[in-house]
Amino acid sequence: MADATTTEADAPAPEPPPTVHGHPLTDSNGQPVVHVPRDKYVALIKQLADDGYVQASDLTGIDYLTHPGRTLPDGIVAGRFEVVVNLIDIEHRRRLRVRVQIPADDVTCPTLFDVHPGTEAMERETYDMFGIEFTDHPDLTRILMPEDWEGFPLRKDYDPGEIPVQFSNDYAISGRPSYVPGVPPS
Amino acid sequence: MSTTINTPGTDEAERLALIRQTNEGGQELRPRSQLTAKELMREVGAVLRLSEAEAANLGAIEDPAVIGTTGDVSEQTMIINMGPQHPSTHGVLRLMLELQGETVLRCKPIIGYLHTGMEKTGEELTYMQGGTNVTRMDYVSPLNNELVFSMATEKLLGIDGDIPERAVWMRMLLSELNRMSSHLLFLATNGMDLGAVSMMLYGWREREEVLRFFQKVTGLRMNHNFIRPGGVAADLPAGWRDDVLRLLDLIPPRLEEYDILMTGQPIWRDRLQGVGVITAQEALALGTTGPILRSTGMPWDLRRDMPYLRYEELEFDVIVGTYGDCFDRYAIRLNEVRESMRIVRQILDKMPSGDYRIQNKKITPPPRARIDESMEALIHHFKIFTEGFKVPEGETYVAIESPRGEIGCYIASDGSAKPYRMHIRGPSFVNLQCLPHMLRNCLVADAIAIISSVDPILGEVDR
Repeated sequence: MADATTTEADAPAPEPPPTVHGHPLTDSNGQPVVHVPRDKYVALIKQLADDGYVQASDLTGIDYLTHPGRTLPDGIVAGRFEVVVNLIDIEHRRRLRVRVQIPADDVTCPTLFDVHPGTEAMERETYDMFGIEFTDHPDLTRILMPEDWEGFPLRKDYDPGEIPVQFSNDYAISGRPSYVPGVPPS
Repeated sequence: MSTTINTPGTDEAERLALIRQTNEGGQELRPRSQLTAKELMREVGAVLRLSEAEAANLGAIEDPAVIGTTGDVSEQTMIINMGPQHPSTHGVLRLMLELQGETVLRCKPIIGYLHTGMEKTGEELTYMQGGTNVTRMDYVSPLNNELVFSMATEKLLGIDGDIPERAVWMRMLLSELNRMSSHLLFLATNGMDLGAVSMMLYGWREREEVLRFFQKVTGLRMNHNFIRPGGVAADLPAGWRDDVLRLLDLIPPRLEEYDILMTGQPIWRDRLQGVGVITAQEALALGTTGPILRSTGMPWDLRRDMPYLRYEELEFDVIVGTYGDCFDRYAIRLNEVRESMRIVRQILDKMPSGDYRIQNKKITPPPRARIDESMEALIHHFKIFTEGFKVPEGETYVAIESPRGEIGCYIASDGSAKPYRMHIRGPSFVNLQCLPHMLRNCLVADAIAIISSVDPILGEVDR
């Protein structure tokens, strides 16, 4: 998909920025990316599925807590989290990426389960790692971490430092962990 | 605390605390008696994973064993664990199966036993070091993992078109040989799971021949960290061509032996044909790729359909099946070994000479000899190995065809020397979702065949 903004030399009037179903389309290292508000997200994915993007190859999250100043098209308000969906069109052999901004004060996102059931496990993983709650997901539980795990490991404010390790020295002496995730060691 | 597990007369509260500590609660498959009919419908729907229109028809299923509207059903069924320690689960996969007699009614894969937070680790390693991390995900095809990570990094650096030809062809050579070793391992484990134990030894034997070549080239049998951003770590060793030719002479007659041992054998066919059937539409909806998708007759192979490296210059066939059953998946992998050998022969003919990594001193270290004579070379060397190279801000998703399907790498960079976010789309992780669907209403013995035919690598599933 060519970037329509490159033809400024002979065009007197600035061309309107490219869109997909009314949502701004940007170019990321030669790959098309469409930015969509959260409430129009599932509707857009449905339209794209009708356009031929029959499979959602990948769905993941990202926490932009410590890198807030990324470039986004006009009209898109940066949120702390993003849900990134990579779609594939098998007939036309093309890919499209959809990015959805998720604000920090309401970490929810509609589920894609009804359109692409194959995102079920990926949404569970994103929930597990980032705490993004996918509303109406049929089985939103942790998938990789234990059920009783506290915190969401891939968030940027989750300290990778230490977790209590059984049978380690200080564990055996005090009978309890010397360090609890999220609480600085005394 | 942990020492109290086997002590008689343990305090009850402590024992319960231990159970709580190791409990996985909500992840498990719940018995029907704890579910309302509506919840069960939804769960079966989640397992069936049909299109919306088909899901609407789900209520039409009248078999009470499926819907569970009668109170008696849960008494006739039993939920058992298969795994995490089970010879056929290829690592630590745990399946909870609801059985009625020998028939599987519902299934839920429970994963995460091998989770080591590799994506979090990936944020702590520089792009230079990242290869050591990703190569350990799908440990049966490590070179493909390194390849996709390197290609994503190169895309962000904007040097994806500047990689020297020899490096590109070396990457293709290693990737195809890795596909062969991975499929040979599949043939070995598939045979073992179905009781052809000698096949396990034969497949392992041939795979070891390929790994021996890898050891000669990269220094290691597995987890090579050989394909790196900017090219590969070293040139091919002297005599590599003879070694590859020896492999190409050695393996075809062995594959003929497999055909005699398995492909034409009536027991083998009876165990696999018509078992674990999945249609193309279902496979697409579930996100599956690779041999599972191709077994349904969908000719989708990223090497041909969205070519990367120089695959468009090569002559090869995409192997597809017809019925989407376990036998098709077995036959596809067996024949993909043959196709890969055909590709390797062409690569041998076309292997160009030249540099094996990009001569960009900001990205790849200078040759050892230069360090003795050039101050700049020493500085570049020092900078690369202490702080790594900086990658421009941006994000990208690159996908290639691994032996198990589409392996993708999503990297977001904030302009520093470490990825801001590094995500690997593991084909095994996604392919595992079709297990509940393929296992429905099959027999327990067939469940083993089906798990085996999905060929999941748990290192990649759990990451």
